[in-house]
Amino acid sequence: MSLASVDRGWAPGEAVSLRTAFGQALCETAARREDFVLLDADVASGTGAKPFVERFPERTIQFGIAEQNLMAAAAGLASTGLIPVVSTFAVFGVMRAHEQFRTAVAYPRRAVKLCCSHLGVDVGPDGATAQMLEDLAVTRSIPNVTVLVPADANAMLRAFPLTLETEGPVYMRIGRSPAPVIHDASVALTVGAAIRMREGSDVTIVAAGVTVARALHAAERLAAEGISCEVLDAFSVKPLDERTIIESAARTGGVVTAEDHSMIGGLGGAVAETLVRHHPVPVEIVGVSDRFGRSGDPDQLAAHYGVDAEAIAAAVLRLLTRRA
Amino acid sequence: MNTSKFLQEQVGSLRPPPGGAHDEPPARMAGAIRRDALTMLHHAGSGHPGGSLSCADILAVLYFRVMRLRPAEPLWRERDRLVLSKGHACPALYAALALRGYFDRSEYREFRSLGGLLQGHPDVGTPGIDAPSGSLGMGLSQGLGMALGGRHQGLAFRTFVILGDGDMQEGNTWEALMAAGVKRVGSLTAILDANGLQGDGRVERQMSYEPIAAKVATFGWEVHEINGHEIDALLAALEQVPEEDAPPRFVVARTIKGKGVSFMEDRQYWHGSVAISTEELAQAHAGLEAGSAP
Repeated sequence: MSLASVDRGWAPGEAVSLRTAFGQALCETAARREDFVLLDADVASGTGAKPFVERFPERTIQFGIAEQNLMAAAAGLASTGLIPVVSTFAVFGVMRAHEQFRTAVAYPRRAVKLCCSHLGVDVGPDGATAQMLEDLAVTRSIPNVTVLVPADANAMLRAFPLTLETEGPVYMRIGRSPAPVIHDASVALTVGAAIRMREGSDVTIVAAGVTVARALHAAERLAAEGISCEVLDAFSVKPLDERTIIESAARTGGVVTAEDHSMIGGLGGAVAETLVRHHPVPVEIVGVSDRFGRSGDPDQLAAHYGVDAEAIAAAVLRLLTRRA
Repeated sequence: MNTSKFLQEQVGSLRPPPGGAHDEPPARMAGAIRRDALTMLHHAGSGHPGGSLSCADILAVLYFRVMRLRPAEPLWRERDRLVLSKGHACPALYAALALRGYFDRSEYREFRSLGGLLQGHPDVGTPGIDAPSGSLGMGLSQGLGMALGGRHQGLAFRTFVILGDGDMQEGNTWEALMAAGVKRVGSLTAILDANGLQGDGRVERQMSYEPIAAKVATFGWEVHEINGHEIDALLAALEQVPEEDAPPRFVVARTIKGKGVSFMEDRQYWHGSVAISTEELAQAHAGLEAGSAP
């Protein structure tokens, strides 16, 4: 597959913003594929798309700060055979233009790739307005939409071209703050497939995005206490890798989900919906409880809102107590 | 590649004539569109007659004179596009498409029914429908995107968007007006079916958008204001193929809601969603028949 030609990447352990990787993925992919254009709403400096905008001005369409028009125009563009990559902050792309995304993009299955930065409390000091905590809930409930959440910069290099290869509309999350690299540069991503990051026998942790690294930290620490955690990177939130999750839950007997998103309707909801139908086991959902974010340092906010490694480890212990 | 320049040449010289046989005069086809729209609304027992009748002449001129189409190949890449932003008027669009040969008129019977081809508002699953609509305000942007897609790929098609009064109250429409004017998307033409009545009252009482011609002109559009039931005026405003790098065209078509059916004309009740009885259908058809001589 064409992805093999992406041979650059970052060394595990480095801290790299997924925005940086998104910009690089755009530029690398542009050299191989001429069928996509970037749609910007005056935020290319913030989304990571700036290097592409500068190198490929003829493939960038500027809409100004008017996301409803941008999104419905993306639908029209896609209907002519181009692939529009919509790049903006999640609150604007997912929320401001939500009905346009639902009715003009998703309903007729337009190949619009909605790639949004600024998600969760990971946004940090900008505060609640930009800290979108509801995007997974509202995108995954729309028919025809694929929802992808890369966990690190190396995954982003693979995930972006994958959005172009995936038919129809795709929503992809792009973290803002530097995040630890946990995947090899050669990581293979498939829509509908989770990645087993660590094998374990006592509890399954299903995480997505920046929380995968935190889940691995939590698993590491718990291992010292004799608790064996399996960690799955649920890169493909929709379609969810139900088979892998059910198989793992059947082996471990309990699942903890972890996401920088509201506890309502996100990855936790998706996993719980799957398990309750196919293999009910106790589930603990790690996410932001039903409230808005606030300004602060991203790491401090992760601790404050209970979406850090500490919170994941605590949820594992709660789960084991419930099961005892 | 300088696509604008390329397009200017294409549009100017190589544009083929409209495809398919349609020798009927547009006025006669407008009558047929009205007749068929009412028939399907009668079958459905719900839907929007008033706004369907007001845009029948516009659709007749577009589908039977102006647009370059291949009904046997609905997704032909270089076809002219049409977005009916006022999607509730789809009975008139479905009638135009059926009369143009996109699907059989027997589909009318299952308009708005489970299992039918013709949805209550436009859906791209219906041959000839280029964009979903029914939620006001999204049509002009979709048309803008199509026109930009044509420009980017050097395709010389035109894009037409039919707007209703309600579309002019949606902020999304004004975002699209701004962008299309700034980007000089000459292949884009918007036609406002200004019938003056909206769902719950007269436009000037709900939220006036006037003076619309002046407002849109300041957004960088070439504006025409015409009687939307005069075939010659519609032809004059729509037929001339624009330059690609030119202001987009905005046609304010002053119309009468319910046009062509005496008991529906300018009557709020017939905005919809309403049922048309067998007697009302017969009376409407008879009236259209009598008035059909162009």
